[in-house]
Amino acid sequence: MLIFIASCQTEHFDEHSILSIGSERLKLSGLRSGYWSNQLPTWLLWAAGAAIAVALLLPLFYLIIRAAEAGPAAWQNLWRINTLATLLRTIGLAAAVTLLSGAIAAPLAWLTVRTDVPWRGLWAILAPLPLVFPSYVGAYLLVSLFGPRGLLQQLLEPIWGVERLPEIYGFPGALLTMTLLSYPYMFTSMRAALLRQDPALEEAARSLGDGGVRTFWRVSLPLLRPAIGAGGLLVALYTLRDFGAVAIMRYDTFTRAIYIQYRSFDRSQAALLALLLVGITLLFVWVEARMRLRGRYVQGDTGAVRPQPILHLGWWRWPAFCFCAAVALFSLILPALVLVYWLVRGLLVHETIPALGQAIGHSVLASGLAAIVITLAALPVAILVVRHAGRLSNLLERLTYSAFALPGIVIALALVFFGANHAPWLYQTLPLLILAYGVLFLPQALGVVRASLLQINPSLMEAARSLGKNRWRVLWDITLPLLRPGLWGSLSLIFLTAMKELPATLLLAPIGFSTLATAVWSAVSEAFFAAAAAPALLIVLLSSLPMLFEIIREKGHERNSRPL
Amino acid sequence: MNEIAVRCENLKKTFQTNSAVHNASVSVQKGEIMALLGPSGCGKTTTLRMIAGFERPDAGRIYVGERLVAGPGCFVPPEQRQVGMVFQNYALFPHMSVSDNVAYGLSRKVDRRACVAETLSLVGLSGTEKRMPHELSGGQQQRVALARALAPKPRVLLLDEPFSGLDEGLRDQLRGDVLQILRQSGATVILVTHNQEEALFLGDRVAVMHDGVVEQVAAPEQLYAQPASRFVAEFMGSAFFLHGVARPNGLETELGFLAQAVNVASGTPIEAATRPDDLTLIADPAGPARILNTIYRGGSYLYEVQLPSGNVVRCEGPHTVRHAAGEAVRIELTPGHGLAHFVRPL
Repeated sequence: MLIFIASCQTEHFDEHSILSIGSERLKLSGLRSGYWSNQLPTWLLWAAGAAIAVALLLPLFYLIIRAAEAGPAAWQNLWRINTLATLLRTIGLAAAVTLLSGAIAAPLAWLTVRTDVPWRGLWAILAPLPLVFPSYVGAYLLVSLFGPRGLLQQLLEPIWGVERLPEIYGFPGALLTMTLLSYPYMFTSMRAALLRQDPALEEAARSLGDGGVRTFWRVSLPLLRPAIGAGGLLVALYTLRDFGAVAIMRYDTFTRAIYIQYRSFDRSQAALLALLLVGITLLFVWVEARMRLRGRYVQGDTGAVRPQPILHLGWWRWPAFCFCAAVALFSLILPALVLVYWLVRGLLVHETIPALGQAIGHSVLASGLAAIVITLAALPVAILVVRHAGRLSNLLERLTYSAFALPGIVIALALVFFGANHAPWLYQTLPLLILAYGVLFLPQALGVVRASLLQINPSLMEAARSLGKNRWRVLWDITLPLLRPGLWGSLSLIFLTAMKELPATLLLAPIGFSTLATAVWSAVSEAFFAAAAAPALLIVLLSSLPMLFEIIREKGHERNSRPL
Repeated sequence: MNEIAVRCENLKKTFQTNSAVHNASVSVQKGEIMALLGPSGCGKTTTLRMIAGFERPDAGRIYVGERLVAGPGCFVPPEQRQVGMVFQNYALFPHMSVSDNVAYGLSRKVDRRACVAETLSLVGLSGTEKRMPHELSGGQQQRVALARALAPKPRVLLLDEPFSGLDEGLRDQLRGDVLQILRQSGATVILVTHNQEEALFLGDRVAVMHDGVVEQVAAPEQLYAQPASRFVAEFMGSAFFLHGVARPNGLETELGFLAQAVNVASGTPIEAATRPDDLTLIADPAGPARILNTIYRGGSYLYEVQLPSGNVVRCEGPHTVRHAAGEAVRIELTPGHGLAHFVRPL
């Protein structure tokens, strides 16, 4: 359930974890978990767990303290009409993006699963790919295409003398960017539900006297409702938490308002706004979790016995084909072409980012450190959760997932407060940035490591113990080698996710520490579109790697999945 | 007097959930194969895991040889007990070859290669050294697990439901193989099973557990002929109970008098554990009993017969003659041995 939310944590969508989470839960309950420890000494594990819990709680705790210190003026400001407008804008954007995403994703999922639309396999592969664009890259590409003096306008001016296009900044730009980037969440969840649906259910409805249309409304659609709800909430959460796109589109939702307040040094006001955002996000997380629980119950585990019956569209194939092609064109192909265009143009006029090499170096350094630290932190938590199931380890696990309620900008802001006021020796240093990454990305690392640990039967460790090896030897000989794929998975996932992260990097990176993400950001802020192309392309290419890994791993998994 | 290899005294272990052990006492002699038998949830696996050192008993003592390994204020971790274990799922290390698996528990002092070769030849797997566990069949994996546990020459070898993961056909053959390997190695063995047939076949002695208590420890023949409790009688072969009364020199049952040794006071109401082969069915149109059900079992017929009292008994008959349901018959009590009998609660 929670890994599902993890994927909206950042722009990356970890399908493998989503698929495995249900069965993990089942396996977990089947294992003997309260046995005498065959892992690390228990006290050491709990000490590590406690340290991690403190680190995780620090931002939220400090945010609350800071908000409590806010003077009456800040509170009065909060109740001004301005805040209400921000609230309406935020929720309005989330709602609009969700609806529009659903309008794109639902027909696309249905067409690729249940009809003979031409090239349906291709559309199914392409549809999730827009997730490789971080939102700020997507926004940058749209602005450079449709914005004032953007590509389209330059293209149209010599022909028809168009001097102004409709305004892209504000709501339309934010809506378009967020929709094109986040509809894959809904597509994936609806497609999975459609594929799982047992055709016998629809046949039963038909045999009981319902026509095709009535069957759709009374059986097919209600069966899809959990998937629609879960996917929709993911999109809404993603929109609520996003900073890059709304900031570039200059649309004042909470995240942008917080950033502006932070820059204006009215920081307790920013803290209040951040807490308000946390409240809204929590509400969405809670609803999402409820939906997921019910959804699992509805879907059951039976699975489709037979392949789905295919509806022959006849003449309607071609409008359907155009729809699929248009989605792929606008969400994937056009952005990619624009990116390549800016890159080429930048290269031709030698307008490249001055210190691209340095930005790459910084990105690799920060993301690499984050990957190592976060994976190491996930290991004891995973062992506690899997092998020492109980109320306390359950609490620790939930705490880890608390980051889902904290958008990146909020965590960054809280750590800025903390660093500036209490730990000036940490403020604007790499360790504080790594801590922010840790709070943001620990859930993802935990998901991967835990899934890997669950595959190791505890009797392997017991066998090693009974063959005369002590705990440390067993850890070294058995646990770590078997955990290696999970550890590598976590390292690469965190490395690539951290590399894309924008708001925390923007607020917390040491002065002069420019990464690929901040390079894109600062170039776009000043409308140097060509300068943004190289780092943006690097980010997109790196973001596509995990998807590639997933595909390879799935293939390899099929081959090696003989039970032992 | 034989040397004792393992002794458990009044073991107790409770969990929040299920399969608690309330009072398990059993001692195993050196070189003996002890089968720990009972229905699922009776605490037999927990007992085994306490001996291995994976669970700490709440009370009671465990000795391996003369050494106390678990008791009040004493707990020897599993790696120092010299107790080998073959797991239900074999628990072969998937990232190690067969020979690395077998060599894992060997100390550096011994000639590891020679010892691996010797142990693998004992289990009949010479030549598989380089293979990985997933490249072996289920039966081969089991023998590797056996070899791995035997290689360090443990003081006792524990087997947890060793045949439950295998198909029916393979199981019978492997039982014979495993028994031969165990005999050849001369190891002291405790094996846990819920299958009576398996326990009777493999065990020199069998300990029957029920609800966390060891109810009887005896040789298979004795267990079958002289069950110490009603549960053992019922569990060890499809026994049913004939009501009757104890007399000084026999049992008075509704199927007549049976002369035998009696271990309760004369006049006590008893129930006698009876099996289908203890009864003889005689066709008799004037007989007082009536066949309810006829079940063909290939080598014989099994009849469910209602006695005049209304009680139903099961009775075997030869496969050459078929009596149909509804026929009137006469039932005679012809065990050829004394029946185990217990005071009947009133």
